[in-house]
Parts: sequence; C-alpha cells; structure tokens
Amino acid sequence: MPLRSDIKKVLVIGSGPIVIGQAAEFDYAGTQACRALKAEGLEVVLINSNPATIMTDKHMADKIYIEPLTLDVVKKIIKIEKPDSILSTLGGQTGLTLSMQLAEEGFLAENNVKLLGANPETIHKAEDRQAFKDTMESIGEPCIPSKVVETVEDAMEFAKVIGYPVIVRPAFTLGGTGGGIANDPEELHEIATNGLRLSPITQILVEKCISGWKEIEFEVIRDAKGNVITVCSMENFDPVGVHTGDSIVIAPAVTLADKEYQMLRTAALNIIQALKVEGGCNCQFALKPDSFEYSVIEVNPRVSRSSALASKATGYPIAKVATKIAIGYSLDEIVNQVTGKTYACFEPALDYVVVKFPKWPFDKFVYAKKTLGTQMKATGEIMAIGTSFEEAMMKAVRSIELGMDTMRKKAFITFTDDEVRAKLHDVDVDRSFCVFEALRRGFSVKEICDITTIDKWFVEKLKNLAQLELWLEDGELTQEKYDLAKKYSYLDKTIEKLSGQKLADKGIKTRHAVYKMVDTCAAEFSAETPYFYSTFDEENEAAEFIEQHPTDKKKIIVFGSGPIRIGQGIEFDYCSVHCVWALKEMGYEAIICNNNPETVSTDFDTGDRLYFDPLTFEDVDSLIATEKPYGVVVQFGGQTAIKLTKHLQETGVKILGTSAESIDDAEDREKFDELLEKCEIPRPKGHTVFTTEEALKAAEELGYPVLLRPSYVLGGQNMIIAHCDSDVTEYMTIITATELENPVLIDKYLMGTEVEVDAICDGTDFLIPGIMEHIERAGVHSGDSISVYPCQTLSEKIKNTIITYTERLAKALNVIGLVNIQYVVYNNEVYVIEVNPRSSRTVPYISKVTGVQMVDIATKIMLGESLKDQGYKSGLYPVGDYVAVKVPVFSFEKLHDVDTQLGPEMKSTGEALGIARTFEEALYKGLMAAGFKMFKNGGVMFSVKNSDKPEIIPLAEKFEKLGFELYGTSGTASMLNRNMIATNFTYRIHEDKEPNVISLLESGKINYVVSTSETGRKPALDSVKIRRKSVERSIACLTSVDTANALVKCIAMDKTVDDLEMVDITKI
Amino acid sequence: MDLKAASAKTAYLILADGTVFKGRSFGCEGEVIGEIVFTTAMTGYEETLTDPSYCGQIVTQTFPLIGNYGVNDEDYESRTSVVSGYIVREYCEVPSNFRCEGDIDSFLKQHNIIGLFGIDTRRLTRIIRETGVMNGMITTCEPTEEFMAQASEKIANYTVGSVVPKVSVKQPETFKSESGKYKVALMDYGYKFNIRRELVKRGCDVTVFPYDTSAEEILKFAPDGIMLSNGPGDPQDNTVSINTLRELIPHKIPTFGICLGHQLLALANGATTVKLKYGHRGGNQPVTDITIDRTFITSQNHGYAVVSDSLPESAGKVSHINGNDKTCEGVQYTNAPAFTVQFHPEACGGPHDTAYLFDKFISLMEENKKCR
Repeated sequence: MPLRSDIKKVLVIGSGPIVIGQAAEFDYAGTQACRALKAEGLEVVLINSNPATIMTDKHMADKIYIEPLTLDVVKKIIKIEKPDSILSTLGGQTGLTLSMQLAEEGFLAENNVKLLGANPETIHKAEDRQAFKDTMESIGEPCIPSKVVETVEDAMEFAKVIGYPVIVRPAFTLGGTGGGIANDPEELHEIATNGLRLSPITQILVEKCISGWKEIEFEVIRDAKGNVITVCSMENFDPVGVHTGDSIVIAPAVTLADKEYQMLRTAALNIIQALKVEGGCNCQFALKPDSFEYSVIEVNPRVSRSSALASKATGYPIAKVATKIAIGYSLDEIVNQVTGKTYACFEPALDYVVVKFPKWPFDKFVYAKKTLGTQMKATGEIMAIGTSFEEAMMKAVRSIELGMDTMRKKAFITFTDDEVRAKLHDVDVDRSFCVFEALRRGFSVKEICDITTIDKWFVEKLKNLAQLELWLEDGELTQEKYDLAKKYSYLDKTIEKLSGQKLADKGIKTRHAVYKMVDTCAAEFSAETPYFYSTFDEENEAAEFIEQHPTDKKKIIVFGSGPIRIGQGIEFDYCSVHCVWALKEMGYEAIICNNNPETVSTDFDTGDRLYFDPLTFEDVDSLIATEKPYGVVVQFGGQTAIKLTKHLQETGVKILGTSAESIDDAEDREKFDELLEKCEIPRPKGHTVFTTEEALKAAEELGYPVLLRPSYVLGGQNMIIAHCDSDVTEYMTIITATELENPVLIDKYLMGTEVEVDAICDGTDFLIPGIMEHIERAGVHSGDSISVYPCQTLSEKIKNTIITYTERLAKALNVIGLVNIQYVVYNNEVYVIEVNPRSSRTVPYISKVTGVQMVDIATKIMLGESLKDQGYKSGLYPVGDYVAVKVPVFSFEKLHDVDTQLGPEMKSTGEALGIARTFEEALYKGLMAAGFKMFKNGGVMFSVKNSDKPEIIPLAEKFEKLGFELYGTSGTASMLNRNMIATNFTYRIHEDKEPNVISLLESGKINYVVSTSETGRKPALDSVKIRRKSVERSIACLTSVDTANALVKCIAMDKTVDDLEMVDITKI
Repeated sequence: MDLKAASAKTAYLILADGTVFKGRSFGCEGEVIGEIVFTTAMTGYEETLTDPSYCGQIVTQTFPLIGNYGVNDEDYESRTSVVSGYIVREYCEVPSNFRCEGDIDSFLKQHNIIGLFGIDTRRLTRIIRETGVMNGMITTCEPTEEFMAQASEKIANYTVGSVVPKVSVKQPETFKSESGKYKVALMDYGYKFNIRRELVKRGCDVTVFPYDTSAEEILKFAPDGIMLSNGPGDPQDNTVSINTLRELIPHKIPTFGICLGHQLLALANGATTVKLKYGHRGGNQPVTDITIDRTFITSQNHGYAVVSDSLPESAGKVSHINGNDKTCEGVQYTNAPAFTVQFHPEACGGPHDTAYLFDKFISLMEENKKCR
C-alpha cells in the first residue's frame, strides 16, 4: 500500500522534558519520525516543550512549537495549524496520552484530524488494565492473576484472595511511577494509597507477585495489511521484580530454547494482531524458569525505550519504519536501508550480543535508597556490543562511567564473606558487582543463584570473568593470558593492574581492537551500514570499509557524551549531532563514537560512520589507529569527551578547537586563579583545604555562608552551601570518608544574581549570542535554576562588564569554539564563578531562540573559518523579539528519600522552555510546561529557615491577596501573623500533635508548599520529610523564595491558554 | 568460553580456496570434509543439528553463543544427527534451562560429530556469501604445506552426493493420532519430526514411507493425503522419487510438499531446479504469499530452488516468493489438489507463523473426501 493520499499535514507530539522513564529515546524516535515524514513530502507540525532536543531543530519540521504539552495548548495549535492527521505513537507516554484524550473528547473528529499509528481503541486496550486483561483473555494469552481497583479497601480485599506479596501498578503513569511490591497489608495500604493518587484515572492494578521469573521482551512491528515481525528479543539479567529500565539487559534472549522462544514470539505476534497496532509495539513477558508457563506483563503500543535499544542493537530503525507504516506503507514495501536490497519485512539476525547497562543518579543522591523495584530509577543507559557476553559486559562496565574497569567494586573488597553474602540479598544497583565479588571469593554459582534468582547462565558468565581475573593475578603474565583477557575486552592497564606486571616487561605483544559491522543480517547479505563495534578478532571490517570507500575528504571524529545523567543530559547529544552536521556540510567526513543507545548521535544515519563503543583512552586509541583521522572534536561531548583531551593530545592526535592546556587552565584551581588575576577579574574569595579542621578555619575566616566542593569536578557534583560549623563538619566527614587525592575548595558564598553566558571565540573575535539571568539567586545550581533570556534586571553597566570579562576570559584561555561562563552579580559587582571551555546545557535553547547556530559556528571556527568569515561581529548579538524562560524539571517522585531542596548540586533531569513576547508570559508558559499547575486559590503552606523569613512576608502577602489560605509551621506562622498576614498554625512533624503539618499535607487542602531549610540533606530531617511528603502528594514544592515569587507572579496574571500566543520558532 | 575451553586442542578449518582458520576442537576430534553452509538462526541449534537436511554439510552458526540452553531428548527433529561437522564461535559449557539434559559438547561427542569453535565465524560467513557454498575440512592436524597439498584435492573432490537413502526410513512406520480422521502417507526424504507432529496433532494417522516406495504401494495404501518431506542434497539426484511422484499426480490425491518435497514435485511436473549461491538457512526469511499479498517470516534450510519460469503453466503457478531474492518459495498446483512450499511451516527451529499451511492441507483432504 502506498502513501495514503488523505495525509498531507501531520502533527507530531513530542515527549516533553526528560524525566526518569521518558528520556532521550523519544528525541531519537521523534527525529526519525519527522525526517521520515518530510522525506515523503508531507508538511510536519511539531509540538514539544523540550528545547534541548534535535527534533525541535529548525529543519526537522515545517512548523515547530516549543510550547507546554497540555491538552489546551495542543488543541489551540490544532486549531491554528489545521493538520489532517496526528501521529500518536512517537512521543512516548506523553504523546500517546494526549492523543488519546483528544480522540476521546471527540476533538479530533470535530476538527477532521485522523489519528495515525494507534487508534483510541488500541490505546485503550493496551493501557486500561481491565480492557487489556479482557483482550488478552479473548486471544488466550495468559495474564498474571490481578484485579483493577479504585479504592484501597478493594486492593486489600483482593490481596487477601491471591495472597502476598502483591505488585501494585497504577494506570497511566510513566515508568511505573507510584507502583511497588507489598509484602503485607500495611505496605499495601501505603503503596495503594499513593498509586491511586498518582494515577490520572485513580486506578491501580493489584497483581500476584511473580518475582524471580525470567523477564523477556519482544519488539514487534505490524502494518495495516497485517504483516507482523519481531525486531528483537531481549532478556533481563535481573528477573521479574526489577523494572526493565533498571535491569541489565541482553539482546537477543539467550537462556530460552527454541520452543520457549517461539512460544513467546508467537504470543507477541498474536498480541499485536489483536490490538491492531499499526507501527511498533513492545511486549513484556514473564516466563517461569522451570516450565513453559508464562504471563504477559505489559504491552506498549508505541515506540519506547526498549524499541530505541532494539533499533541500536539490531540496526533496524523501528521509529522510521513505524512512521512509514502510520502513513500507509506496508513492511514489504519499505526498503531495508542497511542492505539496500532487502525489505523491512524481515527479522534481524545478530552475530553478536548486546548488553544494556542502566545509569543511575545515586552518585549524586547519596542519601537516596539504591534499591531497585518496579519503579524505574535510572536516568540513562549505555549499550555495549561484543561477540561474547563477557566482552559486552566488560565494555558496558567501562562505558557506564563509574570509574570502573572491572566488575570488582572497591567498596566490596573490604567486606567479609558474610557481609558479601548478606549484601547478595539486596536487590539494588550494585547487585551485579556483588555477585561478581562473591564469585571471586569462590561462592558457588548455586548459592548465588538461590539467593538472587538470577539465571545460572549469567552467573556462570560472570564466573568466567572472575576466574580470568584470578588467573591474571596468579603467577606470571603470559601471552596466552593476555590474549584471553583481550577477548574479554580487558584494558591493557587493567591487565597490568590485576597481574601486577608490566606488559612491556613481559614481552607481551599488545594489540588494538578490530571493528565489525552491525548489518541486521549476520553477514548474510553485503551491507553498506557504516555502523561498527570493536572486538578482539581477526578481520577489521571498518578498515576494509574505509579502503573500499576512498574519499578526498578529511576525517574528523566527534566524541559523544555517553550515558544521560543528571548534569550531562541530552543537550550534549544535541551539540554532538550539530557538530557532525556542520562537518558534513563543510565537506569533511564526520565519524561519531558514543555508547548511548537512546540518542540521535548513535543513529547510524547521523554521521558518515558510527562506532558504538566505550569512551576510554584505550578504546579511543584503537579507533584512532583504524580511522587515522585528521582531527578530533571533544568539546561537545560533555565531561566524557573532555576527559579524553589530554590523553589524545599526548598521543599526537590533533584536537580541534580549544587546546588541552586551555582546558586544564580552566579546570585546575591554581592555574585558574592565576588566570583570573591576570585578567583582573574578581572571583569569590576562597581556599583549598584537606581536613575538617582546615575547613572550619577557612570558613571562619571567609565568614558564613561558604560553598564547599571537591576540586576535581566542575558542574556542582558534591557541592554544598554551609551556613554553620556543623554543615562543614557533616560535609567534610562524608567527603573524607573516601580517599582524598585532591583538596576541597571552600569559597565565600555570594548570594547575588546568577548570570550565565555561552560565548563563541575564534581567538580574535568573540560572540555572545545572549546573556541569561537566573531567577534563583546564586547557590542553586545553574542547571536547576529558571534561566531567562535575555537578562531582565541587569543594568547596561553590568552587562558591559560581563561582555568585557567574557572577552578577556575567552581570549586568555585561547578558546577556539565554545565557552560557558557563570557569573554572580553581588552588590553591583560582577564575580566569575566558573568557566567551562566547552559546550553547555544552555547551548541548544539559546541557539533556538536567538537563531545563532552556536555549534555550527564553533565547528567552523575550529576548522579555520573566523567569526568574521561567517559574517558575525564581535560582541553581544542583538537581542531578539522574544523572551525565553528555561524551567528545570525534576524526577523526585521516582527517587525516594531524595531531598527536593535545590542547592549547588544539580538535581533536575530535564527542562522545558517557555517562549513569548513578554517575560511574564514566557515564565507562565515555562512553568506550565514544567508541570506547574496555576491554581487560582487553595492553600499555601510555609515552612522556611530563619534567614528567609523576612523575604516571605511580601510573598505570603501576595498569596493572601490572591485569595489563598495560608498555613505555616510554628515559627513561620507566628512571624507571618505578627506581620498582619493571617496564617493558620500547624505543629511540626516531630512535635507529633494536631494540627500537624503532615496531616495537613495529606488533607488535600494544600496546593503549594514553600519550604526552605537551614541545613542538611538527611532524610530524617523534618524539612526534608515535608518536602518528600509534598512530592508524594504531588503538591508543588518551592524550595527557593525566588521560584515562589516567580510562580505567584504568574498566578496573579490570571491568564489562560486562550490569552497566549503560540510561537512557531521557525519564524524567529 | 571459560579457561578450560580456552586451552582446548587446536583445530583448523581449511576451505577449498585454501583459506585456513585456526580454532579449537570440541565434540569429536578428528578430520571431516563437507560442504560448508551457514545458518543465521539465533535459537534452535539442537533442531539444526538433528535436521536430516544438513546431511553431508558442515554447519556454521552465525550467532556467536551456541549451546546456552543445552540439549534435551524432546527437541530432536530426527533420530540422530547427520551433520558432517559443526562450527561455532563459542559454545556454552554450563548451559541453563529447565529441560536441559546435557551440553552441546557431549552431544557432539555422542553423535560422533567433529566440532570447531573459537574462529571468526563472521569472516567465514562473509567468505561463503561472496564466493558461494564451498567445501571445507575440519582437522586437528596442523596444516603444513604437505598436509595442505593432500587435503586440497580431497576437499575439492568432495560432493554431498545422493544422501536421501541415508536418512530415509527403511521400513514404513505408523503414528496414530487421537481421532484418526485422516490417513496420511508421509514420503520420507529425511523428514523432520515436527512435520509428523503437526499432522498427528490435527487428527492424521501418519505412515512414514521410505523414499523409494513405489506409486503402486502408495496407491494401495489409499491415503487421504500425501505429505512430501524435506530432505538433503541435490533434488535432481532423486530420480526414483521423482518418477514415483510423476505417477501419483494423475490420481489427484491431496498433496502437501515441504522443501525437498516441494522441489521433487516441481521436478516431477517438468520444472527445473537450480543451486543457489549460498542458500537460505535461518529463521528470519520473509516469504510473500502472492495469492493473499501477505508476507510471513519463515524458517528455511535449502541450497536449491525451483526455477520460477520453468514450471509448466498447465501444472500450476508460483504462489510464494522470497522477500529478499524473489526466488520461488511455493507452488499452487492446478493439475492436482497439491501445494508445496520451499520453507518450513513445521518450524522447529524457527517461527511458527506459517503453521496454518497444515490446516490448509487438512481442509484439502476434507474437501477431497467430500467430493468422493
């Protein structure tokens, strides 16, 4: 069937801000969708509130709205644009839910809009628990005994029938938000209450717990003719009980015999036929390890994180094919791009295995529970490809950026055997490493399997790794040992470390990796996919490929940013992709190396060649040896790529752009201080310290508050603001608990306005596309602050000072390309806080709202085209007509025990943007896009630290005037009442008396909480508990008076979506 | 691969073109020559090893990890394994599966199959893809110049030959179904057990006949339908069977052919067959049923194909084509109530998506019964 003739203009809904459970994979899917639609000559209208995405880039669609993803906004845009169709299945759960609501309300029918991909009936059957169960029953597919309930009482009743433990799954929530396993009635009461509240339709599923069964997934595709295929099977390392997003996953499934495999594959095909999905679908199964019994766990009738993984694992572009199917094509008409001669109607055959490893945010959230369950906690993931599980696992371990090059985790080395045994029982983020430790100590595979219920196959494979390590440690290092270690992908330095012997001393013949192609067909057909992975084998297909494709073009490698984590998000992928595009446009051959399966950069279509590999020194050396590039680009791949700079330079590789020395000058505290002195730029006073005593002394001298952070990292990792001696002591105790190789920096903390600048410099001229000002005062991490472009409150004089300082710094550091500088304006003085000679998280949004394609310009500069050559004048770029407000988005409901108080350490996982002609409207849109609800009345609860008390008086007054009911904990309430602002009094949590703040939060009377606390991030603190309770009750909790002021301003505007102008950014 | 496997005895693969792969020995030790083919199936190695169609061939698995779930008695597709040799990148020494009764190394030893592991199977696959199926030798002898000179002649002269007689039953065997609704004669050219199981499951009493059973004998048996099985080798070598089929055609007995059975019926109808460059082996081959415009994923294992144009119009029409190379994958006959497919609807291993063809065969028999 060809392209449907009734489709001319398609609306694509993106997935919005990055949150846990809905991340960069939807940028990858959405980008493929937009490109596929445009390639068919269709007009594409896009809505997505996430500015850091490639899909919201100007040439991705004909009309692009970076607007809040709410029902009203989507309706308004449909009215304006009058699309004839809407693509529902490429924008994650957000896109699917919005599409379904539009369809159910009859809005789509009224406006003659067709729903492509999945029809409302399909979505209903897959997403509504009861409808899903009925559908499965009707086709004879078994489900886990379960019941949909709408009250806690019914949940308890049903659990009594099926017996504990039971799993609670709320309907229509992302990544299983609000779900969990309950072992007894008490736990069920808590989880059910929570789940019912979080479900937009107040519905939860209570089901029999089948923990310990194998978890198997299939990615399935169906077209309108009824042709069905499975793209990939995947097996979880962790059995049922751990969310698949938090499990190590291997593709294809390995422990299933053909009988079981085909049984589940057939079931997956039956399901997609019954649901009549036209496009991609994900089916999750639980398989009993000792029989053929299985259950369907979940079905997602849309592209998903798993489908992104399956696409990268196989080379089969699921999102693109799903899009083509949605607009009328059938599988047997869509050409398989990889082979160029076969069709999309086939199933990929792999001749390697793939391991996915999740990236969790617990290096940031030290007090958060690291246990894993049905609630996904990972912010990102990496994928590793190998010809054996052991090899892929070792590549995964070093891709995940935990500083590990074997599976042996430092913390476990000092454990006693009993402690290891006890730890094996914990289902947490370190479980695979604990299994490894146990194997090294000679625990039996059986014992480990019995405790963990992990399949023996996996444990045996890890045992092979453990045995290899013991062998390396034992006796003389031989060529035989080296060769086997390389087969398992151990780094040379790791082999030296384990054996305690130098390779050179032992006369070991070392070797580089070779590269094999990912071709969808296990070499059955010749393929032209420029997609490779490293392995230690005979043939180097990449070298062959390069030889067979001679070109005059110079080759440049762009290093990507690895897994998505807090602090290094999708923005860096945006930058890498733009760099690649610019290079291609300039006539270079652009080569990408990255290991993140969720992103656009690892689409084999993006660069001229893709290497899916870890980003460590040795891995990169092998790549350089095969590619022999003209130069490499490191400044767009975040810290991951920046870390490679020095090594690359030492090995004689040409670094394009800012040099390794300059990067070092900015990162090394002492050198940086010298530089600032030379430039005559002030920075907050500070010292370096090693011990608690030194820290306390320094703090006293500087005067509280002070900022503490380790010197070896930038970007706010492990950073706090200390207000008193005990804060310093607490911090130093934690930080000195691990080996302290580098000093701790202690700086005077200036509570001024934070200003951020991204600049481009060519060595002579510099360009500042825009100056951004933060709503929150310094002290809140720049990534967690609401950022406004252009700046709203700075005087011309201050702006000029910032421009001058930026120029001086950029030139002094010899920046060639991008630089990000953070300033604080305090008492009319400008101080510099931080300089990063690389891309930053604000680059995508500033590029979009100013129209200055920063990465493209910077890339050209690196290759010799000056700003002048490119037609730009030195200095600040003229301010445009629109104001843009970037609002951070958090995933606190997924991370138990994380304090939501914003501070110097970044906590947000994503961001949304509001664009309008006025600051107020842009802020309103930004907040709305970030999920804030604009209540016109209701309750506001205050509980703030003493130093904030004077400031909340005007804030409380504003809320009062708007008609809100005010509440406060003892001190705060009496202070407000003293100032003639009527405030209801509540007791603090620990006072344990009514009216207590917790019961108040549970009462449903409170719409907003303003909570700031003096100190500490320990979950036991009262203030932390208030904020956690707010998260659990989905009450907006503002932890900065500045954010609260911004919000109240928006509420006071009393606007609705009707009043707002929808901005098509392609017109800016 | 654990440390023990890593130190297994060195073994070599020598290709007809002189390429040598150095790997390690598993299964049975020794020397064997065969036609080297590769299969891209990711599961079902036990079914592959016991599929009689591989007789005379050295089978290479493109999936690198083989033996993960072990072997068991239930999944045999014939009584034994007749592959000449077996090549994998890595085999699993400690398999994991609830039905597992042994590991693949022991399986090969038990069936006297010479195995080779630890080679770059992707490189081997690419060579075969580019140059076509090739003979080769697995040996534990070091390929010295002298050895190579001797071996190359042996390798070059090897042919799979007429192997159907080797794998066919010697005496008829009968398998009863519960209902016994239909009586089917299964012509055994090297049949996979699941063909029989699929028929028995559908109420057929199946009698398996040796490949050289005469038409007369079959007619005497008076079956409701004839099932032509899969099997190894060059279809044109089977002159006896082809002649038998030619004699049976005019009797208009419902007939269903699979793989070699499909080729033999085409030859009996005057069509020709051709050897493919490197065949179709795996569980991911798309086949379009052009009569209903639907594409199915199929299990395949064949090195020869029926030449589409060669089929006389009076006999029938091509009903299925391969989605990749457009070769003939099925024929609907018009001169007899017969249909045949090149692929394996009985699966095992591979997808069961075309199992409905067995239902079609049942319907055909049912209709024919009514007409009579």
